[in-house]
Amino acid sequence: MNINWGDLVEVLAASLVATVCVVALFSVGVIGLSRQATLKEQGGSGAAPLTGSIICFAACILIVAYGIYLIVV
Amino acid sequence: MSVPLIVVIVVLTALAFDFTNGFHDTANAMATSIASGALKPKIAVAIAGVLNVVGAFLSVKVASTISGGIVDEAKFNHVTGPYVVFGALIGAIIWNLITWYLGLPSSSSHALFGGLIGATWIAFGTGAVHFSTLVAKVIVPAVASPLVCGIVATLSTYLVYTLTRRTRQDTVKRGFRAGQTVSASLVALAHGTNDAQKTMGIITLTFIVAGIQPKGANPLWWVILACGLAIGLGTYLGGWRIIRTLGKGITDVETQQGFAAEAASAATILASSHLGFALSTTHVVSGGVIGSGVGKRLAEVRWSVAGKMAIAWILTLPAAAVVGAAAGKAASGGPAGTIIVALVGIIIGGGIFAASRRNPVNSNNVNEVEPGEVKPEPAAAAA
Repeated sequence: MNINWGDLVEVLAASLVATVCVVALFSVGVIGLSRQATLKEQGGSGAAPLTGSIICFAACILIVAYGIYLIVV
Repeated sequence: MSVPLIVVIVVLTALAFDFTNGFHDTANAMATSIASGALKPKIAVAIAGVLNVVGAFLSVKVASTISGGIVDEAKFNHVTGPYVVFGALIGAIIWNLITWYLGLPSSSSHALFGGLIGATWIAFGTGAVHFSTLVAKVIVPAVASPLVCGIVATLSTYLVYTLTRRTRQDTVKRGFRAGQTVSASLVALAHGTNDAQKTMGIITLTFIVAGIQPKGANPLWWVILACGLAIGLGTYLGGWRIIRTLGKGITDVETQQGFAAEAASAATILASSHLGFALSTTHVVSGGVIGSGVGKRLAEVRWSVAGKMAIAWILTLPAAAVVGAAAGKAASGGPAGTIIVALVGIIIGGGIFAASRRNPVNSNNVNEVEPGEVKPEPAAAAA
């Protein structure tokens, strides 16, 4: 019996790190959008939180793209 | 070289299996998005279908596990070998249709492995089945992957709710609804990479057994294309019954949970495909959905539904093995046997389809709960 526990641990680690990063970044992005909405209602521009949100969402896309790149190449 | 008729039949049957696989597993990718209202049902299945096809082209590692690992093709007889694969496929298709009718998200992959193992075992003896590869590449991942995905989904769901607790709920709902369309699409892509490869592996195995391709060969390009299209088409036509179980039966899914569950599922499946683990996308996604229920609040998971699913999971491999063994034995007994097996398969398939017409579940009523089930508020979000 030759069970490759290393591979299984790799799946767990890769899934955990990738998912937690993407989910956390996305949540922070959504928080930014909510701040922006609140600031706008108060008459402000909300540009700063919006920029933060965009950076967060872009980082999510990059992580996903890198993951797919790793599989294809 | 002339291609024996049985090889052609096996390829067509394999593609039929692939179609039922897509049909059965649309739920994996899209159930949570449909249930949470992030995507309209028909748009969801169209996206899933297209991405299935794309995913099929990303990798061949899982196909290699199947065509060169689980059974010993050297022990296969050139003449009867394809008949045995044919029996395996019939076993898998019948089991897939039964579980689809019952709305159980059982594993198409395990149905396939069960059929293959049963048919090989009865035809060529236990020595022709590589049980150690089976345990290392199929059984262990089968148990581990839903746990991995469940743990990841639990943690990330908890994280989402903790982070966004004091955030405006209207923005949260809209934001994660948009995010879910992307995360669900990734699950569909991941499904293509893992499940379409299983059929490619079976067809390639048949070609190796029949001497058309050398041992250890990779799938031919048109096999990859055909498998991608078959699973994509099956996905597009949709398995509404299972979407209902997965999206509404186990736990009520909010957009944040759906996003976390799908991100966890896609990551687990893609990582596993990359390492050649032929895991069940169904099990992984179910683990993710349950995990996202646990991560929000323990009591929200309907453990009785989860328990019914677990029983179907455990039964799938042996049940498909028995049907596969019987079908393989009968099919290798000459042309008459093959025709009988094919007819029985068509009759059972047609019967189940006819039975399903009496109580149809489709894109219009997919989010309604089954009669008799107790549920606080009827959700009509995605109607």
